[in-house]
Amino acid sequence: MRKLILSTAALALMSGAALAQETVRLGTEGAYPPYNYLDDNGEVAGYERELGDAICAQAELTCEWVTNDWDSIIPNLVSGNYDVIIAGMSITDERDEVIDFTEAYFPADPSAFISTSDAFDGTGEADAVLADKAFLEPIVAESGGELVFAGEDVILGDGIGIGVRESDGELKDKLNAAIAALKADGTVNTLIEKWFEGMEGPY
Amino acid sequence: MFACADPQSLEKFDWLVCYLTSGKHVLFYQSFGVVLLLLAITAPVSLAFGFLGASAARSQITPLRWFGKGYTAIVRGVPDIAFFMFFVIALDQFFEYLRHKVKCPDWDLPIRQGSDFIVCAQAKLPLSTAPQWQHETYGFSLAVLTFAIVFGAFAANVLFGAMRSVPHAQLETAEAYGFSRRQTFWRIVVPQMWIYALPGLSNLWMILIKATPLLFLLGVEDIVYWARELGAAKQARFSDYPHGDWRLYYFAALLAFYLLLTRISEIVFARITRRLSHGQATAAGEKQRKAAA
Repeated sequence: MRKLILSTAALALMSGAALAQETVRLGTEGAYPPYNYLDDNGEVAGYERELGDAICAQAELTCEWVTNDWDSIIPNLVSGNYDVIIAGMSITDERDEVIDFTEAYFPADPSAFISTSDAFDGTGEADAVLADKAFLEPIVAESGGELVFAGEDVILGDGIGIGVRESDGELKDKLNAAIAALKADGTVNTLIEKWFEGMEGPY
Repeated sequence: MFACADPQSLEKFDWLVCYLTSGKHVLFYQSFGVVLLLLAITAPVSLAFGFLGASAARSQITPLRWFGKGYTAIVRGVPDIAFFMFFVIALDQFFEYLRHKVKCPDWDLPIRQGSDFIVCAQAKLPLSTAPQWQHETYGFSLAVLTFAIVFGAFAANVLFGAMRSVPHAQLETAEAYGFSRRQTFWRIVVPQMWIYALPGLSNLWMILIKATPLLFLLGVEDIVYWARELGAAKQARFSDYPHGDWRLYYFAALLAFYLLLTRISEIVFARITRRLSHGQATAAGEKQRKAAA
């Protein structure tokens, strides 16, 4: 068994020697419309896809999209499987201890409760769901009145930012500059208005 | 063929044809191949790991024996989910660390900075400039290795038991005829142990089939991932093929696939058992002998 591992390692050592220009790998979940989702062709799409591509163009980076399960999205960032997380991730203190965030590219989105209109008879498995309002809105809209918003909206976190490794200060600066430029020229606003119905800038 | 450009205008059957041939569905169909490929590679590699583990566990060389016993005891004891969540990242870092030592000897920054794992760009596996298919192939290989280590430990335990089940009288006879330990092992034990190992190994194979959805934890998009993704309700804003929650249909298709796979496996195992029982000092072997006589 040892031999096998060692030969795999040796093989790994030999493969790929050239160092080309740097590619930034963007990690996302691909299951949280309208922030990010997979379109009919299985490609990453949504607000963050368009914004991420705009940021990469602005910062003159070559970017590559990667999808990763939400539960292991932070461990895979810190161990270097991709370089940023752009996945509708709210900036919170707990996450900030492990990774760094750029400036927010989306305002602190209200979270909301939804529930079935007759939920409080206590027969269902869950009576209500709490998630980002922008994620829930199309679900409520297409439920034909079966689902309704319940209770007050809650503000969680400090907006949505791009997650980067704490040691990646240089990349963070580049991304921050690009986000600031795109906010200034109105691109962020246009994209928010395109993807989030009823939300208006300026942001 | 008709155009799938505007699915809303299509009739039921045409709509379904377009829907089932969308790019995402093609990825779904390919993932069946990925699962079968994983099984096809993992099974023999696990068996090899198991054989080495079992041989090590009965070795006369003490450190080797400890290694064999430690391997089976530790890997069998760790929950699969923990193994698949953390071991793979550790394995990946281990490879990158080795490469880092070789390729960037002048690097003076620490590799661990807080929770970050930093190696020089040349040591990345695969290089971050590498095309996505290389990343996917690498991820798949890590998955095979992890599965093989886990299932190898179980196989080692099965084979260890099987090696001890070969009737002892035969080993004594071999010794009496002047066989060395090595000769006894290769000519008496190994050819005959399979019939005792088969029930355990067939169990492992079935469990391996059912464990393939763990692939997604390893970053490989498998059939269960795609079934869930495709079956989830789609809203008209995000898809040309809006539909409700269809996961039940997709999971039913997976059920059929898994049942077919396990049924075929059962048939194959029944055949192998029949063949291996031939001439063995087991109940089945004895029955065959009497039937022939």
